Parts: sequence; structure tokens; C-alpha cells
Amino acid sequence: MSTVLDISNKNVPGNDLPAKPEENVQYVNELTTLNLGPTHPATHGIFQNILQMDGEKIVSGEQTIGYIHRAFEKIAERRPFYQITTLTDRMNYCSSPINNFGWHMTVEKLLGITVPKRAQYIRVIMMELARIADHLICNGILGVDTGAFTGFLYLFEERENIYEIYEEVCGARLTTNMGRIGGMERDLSAEAIRKIRAFIKRFPPIMQEFEKLFNRNRIFMDRVIDVGPITAERALNYGFTGPNLRAAGVDYDVRVMNPYSSYQDFEFDIPVGKSGDTYDRFMVRNGEIWESLRIIEQAIENLPEGPYFADAPEYYLPPKKEVYRNMEALIYHFKIVMGEIDAPVGEVYHSVEGGNGELGFYLISDGGRAPYRLHFRRPSFIYYQAYPEMCVGTTLSDAIVIMSSLNVIAGELDS
Amino acid sequence: MTNEEVAKDLIRQFGEDVYDFDEPYGMLTLSTTRDQIIPIIRYLKDHSLYQIGFLTTLCGIHYPDDPNPEREYCIVYQLHSLVNNFRLRIKVFLSEDDLHIPTATTVYLAANWMERETYDFFGVIFDGHPKLTRILNMEDMDYFPMRKEYPLEDPTREDKIDALFGR
Repeated sequence: MSTVLDISNKNVPGNDLPAKPEENVQYVNELTTLNLGPTHPATHGIFQNILQMDGEKIVSGEQTIGYIHRAFEKIAERRPFYQITTLTDRMNYCSSPINNFGWHMTVEKLLGITVPKRAQYIRVIMMELARIADHLICNGILGVDTGAFTGFLYLFEERENIYEIYEEVCGARLTTNMGRIGGMERDLSAEAIRKIRAFIKRFPPIMQEFEKLFNRNRIFMDRVIDVGPITAERALNYGFTGPNLRAAGVDYDVRVMNPYSSYQDFEFDIPVGKSGDTYDRFMVRNGEIWESLRIIEQAIENLPEGPYFADAPEYYLPPKKEVYRNMEALIYHFKIVMGEIDAPVGEVYHSVEGGNGELGFYLISDGGRAPYRLHFRRPSFIYYQAYPEMCVGTTLSDAIVIMSSLNVIAGELDS
Repeated sequence: MTNEEVAKDLIRQFGEDVYDFDEPYGMLTLSTTRDQIIPIIRYLKDHSLYQIGFLTTLCGIHYPDDPNPEREYCIVYQLHSLVNNFRLRIKVFLSEDDLHIPTATTVYLAANWMERETYDFFGVIFDGHPKLTRILNMEDMDYFPMRKEYPLEDPTREDKIDALFGR
């Protein structure tokens, strides 16, 4: 005789007991402390937030940062200028070329070097590609944090293509060390131009697909609209810059206000949001990707002929061929590599529009070989202060989305 | 709105408390005293025409070799008017024995972490700061690493002398 196995049996031991009367339930009237980070997959970097939670709601948050602090400002005081470029790579590692060129432009400003148009245009192309890569990461991951992995997956193929362009231009992918003081290290190769043109052609449909997937997606909109809003006034007081400030409705863009590297030659718009919530930040970044693409198109079409480096023999390494044949070139080569060139005395501040906002370099030179003092204005470091304020009253899942949309990069935060 | 106009206006308002005017690379730079720094940045922020209402950077500098001990430490405020696109740099010099300066968090929320960072690296005390603790370095560190007396490399090593590295 076979027994019938009742798979629909919901009876588990204890289930047949009568439900406990309400008055026996103990309510604990205290806050829960939750450690968000330091290593949490959803924080995209190493930072810790100690949240006080009342059930699902966040009551207060306290941040601990500095987990990957590498004392760049101290190290920079011992290095010749050209060796500081590699430090800037490691700040916002999602858009290293912008940091590199920002630093080069600061030194060029100190030395009074004018870079030829061709080099400026190449820099613009690389900086805008970096901005696209940076925003792709931010928006792709915002999708992942709201539960949509597809967008991230498809977009990252394009980021890979941008990295291949980097590779063609400077040989590296992540920590690029791109360009030199006085121009570019090498001219754009035919292959690089081909890759950039191919990217311009291939990228728009993929981006459109991404936007179709997210922009009017009901689930996504419900998830991000009115999450972590910040008013323009508050954002300015907190020192917000970049897409996060523009999402709040302030059209401050360093590229337009203080054009550098020939940005005045290009036609582009500044997307601005209204309420400064997560949705606006997402949309501003999407809009900026399109504008960056427009700039790249214009720059590659109108790429001027001419040299790709300035005549600055004391800072720009001579061609290797010359070094072997020409005494002067050999001397300069030696002096540059050994860091034996004294910079003029001066005090200069230069800022560029980084992936996250105004990336500033405050350089004080006392006439030595290394900066006397170098201070980096890291946008992430300044606006991340506002994070607890933006989270209070929301839920944990919203806090993750807010952090993701702020695009806090640990390397830039801690420098 | 030129550097001259703003400089003259500041002299009219603050008299002898603003001095050392300069224009390195076109940016108006001036020095002031510890007592006047907060009134000045508040004045510039509330001014109906200037509207210099954005704190770009706040950082410290250490000048141990300065002959005047009153000028050993320097706190630099870089302000920006987003309306007029005007930048301004204000410096306050402090002496080693009295490293106190009023906090700017009362005017700018952004100053909070910038001041903590300056405290962390230079040991400058910002009076009235809501939470003046170390921010990037660990809590139990007992020195201020960006001061010039702390060398970057181990000074006892003989194989890394400056002469070998062109420094």
C-alpha cells in the first residue's frame, strides 16, 4: 500500500497553536544602529555610514571617510610636476583624463604656456569621452541599485570602447596619465580617430535604448522621483557643483563660465533639473552624455592641423630621436627626468569641470622643483557632506539610491 | 565688477583690517585678521551687487621658514560669485602659539569638512565648529602630517637622499 504524500500540507509544528494575543507582543521603543559600509556592495566604494534607524526610516546618519586616504597633497610636495599627474589619475578614477588635463592646465597657467589648438581639441575629445564614461557608470549603477541590471550591462560595453580609445591614445585604460605638460604625449593616431568616429556612430542608438528603458519607466520613476531632493540654495551652501548642482536648477558649468582648452569654440547646452532629486540627477547626467557627444563630434570634425605640443623645452620631453643626436635635447631630457627644473614663484588656482563638478587645483610654487603646497578641490569630498541630510526621513533602500545618484567616488573623496 | 572696485570697497568697509592686496594670475588676493574674516565673508555674501556666495576651497598652508612668527600658518579661503563670475582669495595668517580661528560653518555649510580637513592636517582649531575631529586620518594620530617638519620619507634612510633624486 502506498501512502499519499500530501505536498499541500502547510501544517508545520506549532502552526496549530492559537495566535498569540496582542497584549503579549513586546514593542522595543529604541533606535537600531545600522552600519552601512565600509565594505558594502551597494555603496560602490569604501565609506561607512552609521545610520540610526527607526524601523525602516533613517533618523540620522554619521559618516566616516578616509579609508583610502593616500596623502596625495603631502606626496605632491616632494615630486616634480610631471610626476604629480599620476596622483591625479587616482582621484576620480572613473574619469582620469579630466584630472590629468586639469593638472596639466594648472601647471601651464603657472608657467604661461599656451598649448596649440590641436592639442586643446584632442584634450577636449578625451575629456568629453571621460565624462561620458563617468556618467555611464553613475547612471548604469543607479539602474542596478533600483533593480534593473540590463541597462548597466549594455552600457558597459560602450564604456569598454571608450577605454579602448584611451588605450590607443595613451596606452593605459584606467589610470591614464594622459597628455603632458605643454600638450599631448603623442598625436591622435589614425586608428584612434577611426575608433572615435566609430564610437560616435555606434553610441547614440545604444544610449537611446538605455533612455527608453529608464526615462519614462514607471517602476524606475516611482523609485527615484522625490528621493533625496535638495534645494538650489541648500546645494550652493553645501558647495555642490557639477551635475548634482545643475539638477537642483543652477546652471553653473565651469566649461561655460570660465572656458578652458577651447571650450568656447563648441556649441553645447547645459542640461538643468528643477527639484534636485535623484530623478533629476539621473536626467541631467543623461542630458550631459548627449551634449558631450555633440562636443566630440564638433571637435573631431574641426580638428585643427598643426603641432600637438607647445614649445616648452624645459617641461615637454624632446622626441627620443633628438635625444640621441642633439646635445640640447639630451640636456633637457636629463633635466626633466631628474626633476631639475625650477618652476617660477607663483600662486595659481585653476578649475575644470570634472565628472562630478568643479575639480580645482590650488598650486603654490616657491620657485622649487616641486609645489610648495598643492590643494585639490575634490567635488565629491565637498558635496558628500550633505548626504545625511538628504537621507534623513527616507528608507534604507532610498539612501542607497541617493548615494548612487550623487556619484561619490571613494578615490576623489579621500584623495 | 573689477578687482579694483571690490578692493576699494573692502578698504572702505574694513579699513586697516584688510591689507596685502595682490592679483596673482588675475585673482584678487588679500589678507585679513582673524577677527574680521567671518564679517568679511558674510559681507561679501550678503552684498546685493557682489553676491560672492560660494565657498570654493578652504585650506591651510604652513610657512615654517617665514621670519615673522606671526605668519607661520595661513588659512586660505577662495570665494566665488556665480552671478558675476568673480573669484576672490582671502588669507588669514596665524602664529604657532595661537592656532585659533573662528569657524566659517556659520556662513557656509560646505566649510564643515574643509575645516575638519585643515584641522586634521595642520592642527588649526576652528572655534565654534560643530564637530572638530579628524576626518581623513585616524583618530589616534598624534601629529599633524601636512606640517613641513614631518618629512614624507623616513629620514633615517641613507639610500634615499635628496641629491640622488634631483631634489
